[in-house]
Amino acid sequence: MAIVRTRPVARGAQYVALAGYMVFLGFPLFYLLMASLKSTQQLASLDVWIFPRTLTWSNFSEALASQGIVRATANTAVVSLITTLVVTVVALPASYAMARFRGRLRMIGTGYILVSQVFPVILIIIPLFLILRTINLNDSLIGLTLVYVTFCLPFALWMLQGFVAAVPVSLEEAAAMDGASRFTMLRTVVFPLLVPGVVATAMFTFVSAWNEFFFALVLLQSPENFTLSRSLALFVGAEGQVRLGPLAAGAVLASIPSLVFFAILQRRLTGGLLSGAVKG
Amino acid sequence: MTTVTQTPPPVPLPAATPPSPRRTSRRVVARRKEVAALVIPSLIPILVFSVAPLLNGVYLAFTDATLSRNSSNAFTGFGQFSKLLGDTLFLQSFKIGMIWAVSVTLLQLVAGLGLALLLNANLRLQGVTRLLALIPWAMPPVVVAIMWKMLYNPNSGPVNGVVRLFDPGFALDWLGSFGTALPAAIVVGVWVGMPQTSITLLAGLQQIPDELVEAAEMDGAGTWSRFVHVTLPALRPVITSITSLNFIWNFNSFGLVYVLTEGGPGGQTMLPMLFAYNEAFKYRDIAYAAAMGNVMVLVVVVLLMFYLWTQVRGERD
Repeated sequence: MAIVRTRPVARGAQYVALAGYMVFLGFPLFYLLMASLKSTQQLASLDVWIFPRTLTWSNFSEALASQGIVRATANTAVVSLITTLVVTVVALPASYAMARFRGRLRMIGTGYILVSQVFPVILIIIPLFLILRTINLNDSLIGLTLVYVTFCLPFALWMLQGFVAAVPVSLEEAAAMDGASRFTMLRTVVFPLLVPGVVATAMFTFVSAWNEFFFALVLLQSPENFTLSRSLALFVGAEGQVRLGPLAAGAVLASIPSLVFFAILQRRLTGGLLSGAVKG
Repeated sequence: MTTVTQTPPPVPLPAATPPSPRRTSRRVVARRKEVAALVIPSLIPILVFSVAPLLNGVYLAFTDATLSRNSSNAFTGFGQFSKLLGDTLFLQSFKIGMIWAVSVTLLQLVAGLGLALLLNANLRLQGVTRLLALIPWAMPPVVVAIMWKMLYNPNSGPVNGVVRLFDPGFALDWLGSFGTALPAAIVVGVWVGMPQTSITLLAGLQQIPDELVEAAEMDGAGTWSRFVHVTLPALRPVITSITSLNFIWNFNSFGLVYVLTEGGPGGQTMLPMLFAYNEAFKYRDIAYAAAMGNVMVLVVVVLLMFYLWTQVRGERD
């Protein structure tokens, strides 16, 4: 496309459009950031000025002090970390099998990932809720972690098998020639080469668990078990009683891990992650 | 968890290890054992916590199950479904779900394609734009909803703030008024889903060989006709798969609108998933909610098949 010349007028129009997209994409978060630094008076007034009239850091300290946000952050971090750990350890061997022993296994795996998209989560959460209730794991972070592991697995599998497929088979054959068993070979040859892919998959899994809301809403009932999304959603219902400043501050804090991980993942999200799907 | 699987369908690649013709049956057995050892740790949680509940959930629609612990779960055949057909509130919610899913998917495609074309046009500031495009994709849906509620806030929100520059005294409650709640929610839906659509389309655009476009230019084709006759046809498979997936995700979406409006005002934004959630966990009628889930699956499958059929037919012409 680059070689095709563009007239200056068209170029100008393109920049105007690009600027429009940048504002549409970026302004909401910018506004949230600014709101988290505004005073209560400014947020309650009709003042359209986007910047804080006086910098108010107390919104953050208030958000952290009240509302069980610290507890919820710890819960979310623990659940997301354990989910990430288990998913990575469990998915790594299976993704190797999917990538190397192609055929039926791969077809079933891909088929399941696609079919599972069509079913609304309501069909899964009702029986899951009943199962977890009978083993007393509803309203518990262990139960929630179990559910997250199950729901992060298919995508992690698919992402990882793409990275495995990129490791040349010849390396494995060489190790096999030297008499290494399959598992020694996996440990010493394949897995070290997969580290960047594993890190990317782990980050994506972490963000998925960190951001999740629906399962947390259905399963968690006691406030001491709430995750960040669950407890932030609660304050929206209690509008009028909750001041916007601390709510904005809490919302900013809750987004930081996801935004940071996605920024690190950027290249893989724009290239690696989707290229396999599009190239065909 | 919709965020987990938000990527177009994987396309099978050619086999990397062609089966050797000299395989002995003993080697096959050993290999099967290896595969089983590798796969079972993943397979068990998926079977126990995903496949089995899913089948059970489909079945529950044919019973009279409730959320109470001593529910009888007696088989009732199609009783729940005939009840659904007479439920005007549910039919209304289905209609709203369709309006929501179709308009969000279409706008995501149009806006996403626009952004993808700009990102493919060798402009400055592309890096920054790509980074900005990650924001809606990365943020937790609950935070997105909170943020947009603040943007739409009738008093302090910047949306009304801008309108007030021209019309002082303007104080429309976008998310709380009958006519505007659904369109306002649709804008948020587009904001959330557009980046992924455009990144996918961008990957598709980069696959189009430069020669194709150049040849069209040699033939004297203008920008518009190059777009219609070269770019769009080449992009068609990618467009088909991303719109299909977007439609499924949008029709089944829950968290965003639940936090934005809780289905209000007066059910104006009551998407089918919100309706089913209320039936199951507010009114404890899980069989009825499961029946709604089944109907949703059926409708999505029928619509998708029709859409894919028109696409395949169009490609043949």
